[in-house]
Amino acid sequence: MATSADVVQTESQATWLKPWLTRETGMAWLFILPSLIGFIVFYAVPAVRGLFISFTDWDLLTESQFVGLDNYARLVSDTAFWQSLGVTLGYVVINIAIQTVLAILIAVLMDRLAKSIVVRGVLILPYLLSNVVVGLLWLWMLDPTLGIINAFLTYIGIGRQPFLGSPDQAIASIAWINIWRHMGYTALLVFAGLQTIPKDVYEAASIDGASEWRTFWGITLPLLRPVLVFVLVITVIGSFQVFDTIAVTTQGGPANATRVIVWYIAEFAFDRFDMGYATTISVALFLILAVVTFIQMRVMRAGESDL
Amino acid sequence: MTTHTVARPASGSQINWGRIGIIAVLIVLILITLFPIYWVLRTALSDPRLIFTNTTSLLPVGFTFNNFLRVMGLMSTEEAIAAGGTGQSINFLLFLRNSFIVTTLLVVGQVFFSAMAAYAFARLKFPFREQIFFIYVAALMVPGIVLFIPNFVLIRNLGWLDTFQGIVAPKFLMTPFAVFFMRQFFLTINREVEEAARIDGAGYFRVFWSLILPVSMAPLTTLGILTFIGEWNEYFWPFIVGRDESVRVLTVALGIFRSQTPQGAPDWGGLMAGTLVAMVPILILFAITARKAIDSIGFSGYK
Repeated sequence: MATSADVVQTESQATWLKPWLTRETGMAWLFILPSLIGFIVFYAVPAVRGLFISFTDWDLLTESQFVGLDNYARLVSDTAFWQSLGVTLGYVVINIAIQTVLAILIAVLMDRLAKSIVVRGVLILPYLLSNVVVGLLWLWMLDPTLGIINAFLTYIGIGRQPFLGSPDQAIASIAWINIWRHMGYTALLVFAGLQTIPKDVYEAASIDGASEWRTFWGITLPLLRPVLVFVLVITVIGSFQVFDTIAVTTQGGPANATRVIVWYIAEFAFDRFDMGYATTISVALFLILAVVTFIQMRVMRAGESDL
Repeated sequence: MTTHTVARPASGSQINWGRIGIIAVLIVLILITLFPIYWVLRTALSDPRLIFTNTTSLLPVGFTFNNFLRVMGLMSTEEAIAAGGTGQSINFLLFLRNSFIVTTLLVVGQVFFSAMAAYAFARLKFPFREQIFFIYVAALMVPGIVLFIPNFVLIRNLGWLDTFQGIVAPKFLMTPFAVFFMRQFFLTINREVEEAARIDGAGYFRVFWSLILPVSMAPLTTLGILTFIGEWNEYFWPFIVGRDESVRVLTVALGIFRSQTPQGAPDWGGLMAGTLVAMVPILILFAITARKAIDSIGFSGYK
């Protein structure tokens, strides 16, 4: 008889099965079930499906055709894609550089002088408004003929500027609009970071007779680095995906000067219904973001603190 | 010691000048922030026929509420044209309602179901718990547009284009951020109270519903505020799946309103009135929950 072996068999099976069969496990699955359904249907499956669609030629109406790497080959030789990537990079550089400097300035000013909740409340206000609202508001302010900004520039002798109407100024204008919306928010994140710097470090510096300027470069900025890495990573990722502002102001124009990458993808996906190529560009965007994030973390040694 | 006391007054007067400089810069920043918002109000309250003649007056030109009545659809077409409008039918009252329906559904669904999942991830033991949570968090990295295209195809195949369920479906049951946010909080709750309740015979759902949720009102409100602001302002997704008037939300309506206005002379009065309608609920929410909202937004960086 092989009873003892059988017993061992069932016992080991039971210990293996045990975590699956407890009441707690059952309840746990019930608790995560709704979120699991939402995640699988609207995150996991679409992510895989998106990758799959990028290997096909599909216009939504006819049967999709498997085309292998054709879309990726097309991407590499698509000059409009590279132009669009260039526009996006230009936008990201202007937007992030000015926004980060302004945010640090505002955060330091708030930290030194006005920890008041009212000042913080006012500065965060633009971030609460939608991109659409902010885009329209500045479209009106920057209007070439009727806008108040041009009235002001004329008054101080600089003269009228076309802003969003000119291929040379459009992307910088879009960048400014988003700087205006985000600077207070970014400042708030930096401000939170400033609160984590121990006060005795500053006291030591002031006893040593260091000037404000030297204290800022020598102490504040290095100690703020982990927070700045974090802020830069999230703002750069967001910045690469700019869309709403352009959709309600320039719509990619004039002369493709604001045709950023997500706008370019949306044109293929929702105007021309070229789903295969649209998803190919979006997969490329995802890879670009992954690489950019990785480089940022590496260059700025995200994990370490100088403290 | 002596040098210090001597040096003090000098640096003291320097700091005063510095202070004045800092205050000046802060005032400029506050003006840059507030003036555009005021300018929306000023334009919305101006007579569209006079906007073109007086572009610099700091006060409304030809003060009127007509722009609001017009975009709310409370004026007949003839009246609207007479008041300086283009005569296109605009019904921001309906779009305001749609925005409230979409945002409310998303806040309630997302916060509740994400909190449930977060509780399981924080407290209950089950196989693959860490792995599933890791995959959820990894999804935070995927750009929106990557998911929008396949999700658009899915919603279209379900026949849900231009319906409320189509607009809310992708984020109704969870967002990775919401689950992550609540889990971090649940991890900090003291286990002993829960265990005492469990010994007294309370079931898992009882514990969650009448013990965990009540002590978690603060983070739940924070998450609710963040979700409300985010969803109220969402444009891209509802623009793709919900352009029809019956489900059109404010952001989409503003985009369409803008693209339909004639190239030469946009209806700035109407557009700014519509913009203000979209701003006000957020401003009210902010006014009511100011301190909490500011702290929440500070935290949302971890999104």
